[in-house]
Amino acid sequence: MTELSQLTLVEAAAALRTGECTSVALTESVLDRASLTEASVHAYLTIDRQGAMAAAEASDRRIAAEKPIGPLDGLPIALKDNMMTKGIETTASSKILSGYIPPYDGTVVKLLREAGAVFVGKTNLDEFAMGSSTENSAYGPTRNPWNLDTVPGGSSGGSAAAVAAGSALAGLGSDTGGSIRQPAALCGLVGMKPTYGLVSRYGLIAFASSLDQIGPLTRSVQDAAILYEAIAGHDPHDATSFPGPAPSGTERLGAGVEGLRVGVVNELSGEGIDDEVLVAFRTTIDRLANAGAEVVDLSLPSTATALSAYYLIAPAECSANLARFDGVRYGLRVDGSTVDEMMSLTRAEGFGSEVIRRILLGTYALSAGYYDAFYGQAQRVRTLIIQEFATAYEQVDVLVSPTAPAPAFELGAKTQDPLSMYMQDICTIPSNLSGHPAMSVPVGLSASGLPIGFQVMAPALGETVMFQVAAAIEALSDDIGRPVLEVVAS
Amino acid sequence: MNWEPVIGIEVHVELETASKMFCGCAVDFEAEPNTNVCPVCLGLPGALPVPNRKAIEWITKIGLAFNCSISERSQFHRKNYFYSDQPKNYQISQFDVPVCHDGWLDVTVAGATSRIRINRAHMEEDTGKSIHVGDSGRIHSATETLLNFNRAGVPLVEIVSEADIRSAAQARAYAQDLRTVVTALGVSDAKLEEGSIRFDANVSIRPVGTEPFGTKVEVKNMNSFRSLERAVDYEIRRQEGVLESGGIVHQETRHWDEGEGVTHSMRSKEGSSDYRYFPEPDLLPIEVTDEWRDEIAATLPEMPAARALRYVALGADGDSASSLAGSEALATLFESAVEAGAPGNVVANWLTGEVTAWSRRESLDVAESALTGKHLRDLAAMVAANSLSSTAAKEVLGYVLAGEGGPAEVATAHDLVQISDSGALEEAVDEVIADNAEQFARLAGGEDKLIGFFVGLVMRVTGGKADPRAVTEILRSRIS
Ligand SMILES: [Zn+2]
Repeated sequence: MTELSQLTLVEAAAALRTGECTSVALTESVLDRASLTEASVHAYLTIDRQGAMAAAEASDRRIAAEKPIGPLDGLPIALKDNMMTKGIETTASSKILSGYIPPYDGTVVKLLREAGAVFVGKTNLDEFAMGSSTENSAYGPTRNPWNLDTVPGGSSGGSAAAVAAGSALAGLGSDTGGSIRQPAALCGLVGMKPTYGLVSRYGLIAFASSLDQIGPLTRSVQDAAILYEAIAGHDPHDATSFPGPAPSGTERLGAGVEGLRVGVVNELSGEGIDDEVLVAFRTTIDRLANAGAEVVDLSLPSTATALSAYYLIAPAECSANLARFDGVRYGLRVDGSTVDEMMSLTRAEGFGSEVIRRILLGTYALSAGYYDAFYGQAQRVRTLIIQEFATAYEQVDVLVSPTAPAPAFELGAKTQDPLSMYMQDICTIPSNLSGHPAMSVPVGLSASGLPIGFQVMAPALGETVMFQVAAAIEALSDDIGRPVLEVVAS
Repeated sequence: MNWEPVIGIEVHVELETASKMFCGCAVDFEAEPNTNVCPVCLGLPGALPVPNRKAIEWITKIGLAFNCSISERSQFHRKNYFYSDQPKNYQISQFDVPVCHDGWLDVTVAGATSRIRINRAHMEEDTGKSIHVGDSGRIHSATETLLNFNRAGVPLVEIVSEADIRSAAQARAYAQDLRTVVTALGVSDAKLEEGSIRFDANVSIRPVGTEPFGTKVEVKNMNSFRSLERAVDYEIRRQEGVLESGGIVHQETRHWDEGEGVTHSMRSKEGSSDYRYFPEPDLLPIEVTDEWRDEIAATLPEMPAARALRYVALGADGDSASSLAGSEALATLFESAVEAGAPGNVVANWLTGEVTAWSRRESLDVAESALTGKHLRDLAAMVAANSLSSTAAKEVLGYVLAGEGGPAEVATAHDLVQISDSGALEEAVDEVIADNAEQFARLAGGEDKLIGFFVGLVMRVTGGKADPRAVTEILRSRIS
């Protein structure tokens, strides 16, 4: 059989049930893989070998007693380091939280723990999830296992790279403007952002509260659906949590696309998109049409202003969300002669330049006299986008576009040019602003062997049909396989 | 020039809900520092607020009691400013759509009643407490600051009046009446000295007869009604002095110094007033449906003003009625005594006089005393039957309050019962006449001032227990 570390969640769960392998063996396999790949990939900030092995042993006992908890019992999973894990350092890749040990588990972490999942460790990200390349980490960048000279995307680049490299079977990321889907596209994975409110944000370090959602990064659509189902559901600790039951992810997998209406968003599928990406996108559209989907071209003019609106709303919210990192109660403290000076010095020392840039942007956007022109206007654009999407979903079941404008770029290529970095999220941001679910599915490789992603978007609570279409695309596409990574034992 | 003060009052009331505004931590100020805390109220990374439904119910109650309209959907906002005892460095508050708006409270000063409009009452959370250690205990010279987050996140209601108040006395009356209502609602212990109710005053003055407002000054740090009145009064006079001498009043915050009896300018914070309010993305709008509002309205107790009117009808004078209506313990005693048949005027005077004085002297709540409505009824009956003088009645009341027993029992034990039995009194009077025949002859002969001499003698003989009026009557009957 395949190397254990390369199995999908579904394959690994089956192997556990039949006794072909144990959770301990699976866990050792990803840990061994990490010890080979980490020196070059640097997907993890913390690897919790002890905790992982203990969880794996407990899982094996349950499976031996034929009492596994569920489909994730015993499966090694990576967590983005902006999720609270009790007793395990959590930094959001920021110097300001260096050494911070949370006293509690976030809701999603708790749910997965209770589902028997094994946590391999905490993965790298752009500091406070602000970025699209995982280069903005105070602890050094992560590299793309498909080509170590390129970035894995971001901000959930660590989780994506871990899954691509085989140092976890699946991972969790968070998506504020595309931070799950874009790294999924760049690392050849399935990445999914649920409808806003379906997955609890309790215990996720907030970047932009009205946009953040946690979601899966996996090797298959079915894996993503299973992991999504495990973490979705109402949480009384999150007042924005959806009160009803979460839609099924797995129910219509394999049902095909016959008769489904697929809308191609013109504004997101032409200008600014790399030719190779467009070719792969068009090929996939043709395959969907051939499989019986009705393909419709649609215009969503407001998406053109989405990026600008996003870069006012997200920084505005982050300027308040990050105010709590002040050196008073936890994290880094740089002493000063007064409390105010201590706070200023701590924040200047603790935050990286991209974080400071966004805090300043947001502070400005909310300032007296500017609020209406900036934040107020951005909210109006947001309302417009929601309305346009709602109208579009009266005509189609799903909307589609490329996920990222281009395959993975080289490290350092965009670090001096924030605007070109921000363009990475041009196709993914609209779904965050509208609160709708969206996911990325790998549909091919570029000439240079880098993965290309295809985005499926659905109306609010439209997860079931979104997974249905994504599974069909996966089935219709050529398998891109796994990255060939030259590794040296560290 | 004659100046007219224009005053608005902002009140902060801490709600005494079981748990905090956005987390499950207990509201308990007695607890050891930093024991009633959790990720939410400490502002730990990843924590999220969940609103306390009871607090929303209670602010609605407050709004209804002050005749406010209740917003069907109101919005939480973040108010951004850095302060070390504010865990998130923003306060969850309300901005453009508060829960309650457009109400009023009628205030009476020296017989004149004015309607003070209430602009809004909104929901927010309290901060932690800073304790500055070293030197004077003031922030400037502190060597260390200790933080206690037990108070952080306690539900806080801010009630903002319109600038309808025109004197320091009216400001005080407004504050007192407002506190009385809040206490009657049972939503806060509203103790000024402990800061569970806090008053800030916005004071400006303008030439009498003119419309435009003068520059307003915010006065803070008043921890009693008296200091509120003094501070407002001082600030009015200070502004008059500034303007009369050709100066200008600066818009600023001033700190009331109780000891010196003056207000001091507080150092203005840099970039102070831009709080960068924006809608709180972690919370949905607060919904108070008409049905819920009506349910809450049905639980409103009788308001103190209405209760005071009823007490006047029961015989209490106006001032006593207001005092009784403003205290749950006194009101309960008053009602049960009157119910049992005691005259309202007598009981009202005792309750607002001796009983209130006792409570203050002993630092005990009246509700903690042994006094009952039935005691008050019995006491009043004894006075009416002349078996107790009104002076003795007050003494008896003191013993009853102290728990020595019922009025009859206590009066006997302390030998305070008057001799009102006419047989015994006549015997005593006749005995005194017999012993002082010469003086009696002069009295009978028209030397009326001697009546006091005889009454005094009878009192001495009876050990002070005779009713002087009854003695006088008997003496007169002996003369004629
Ligand atoms: Zn708490």
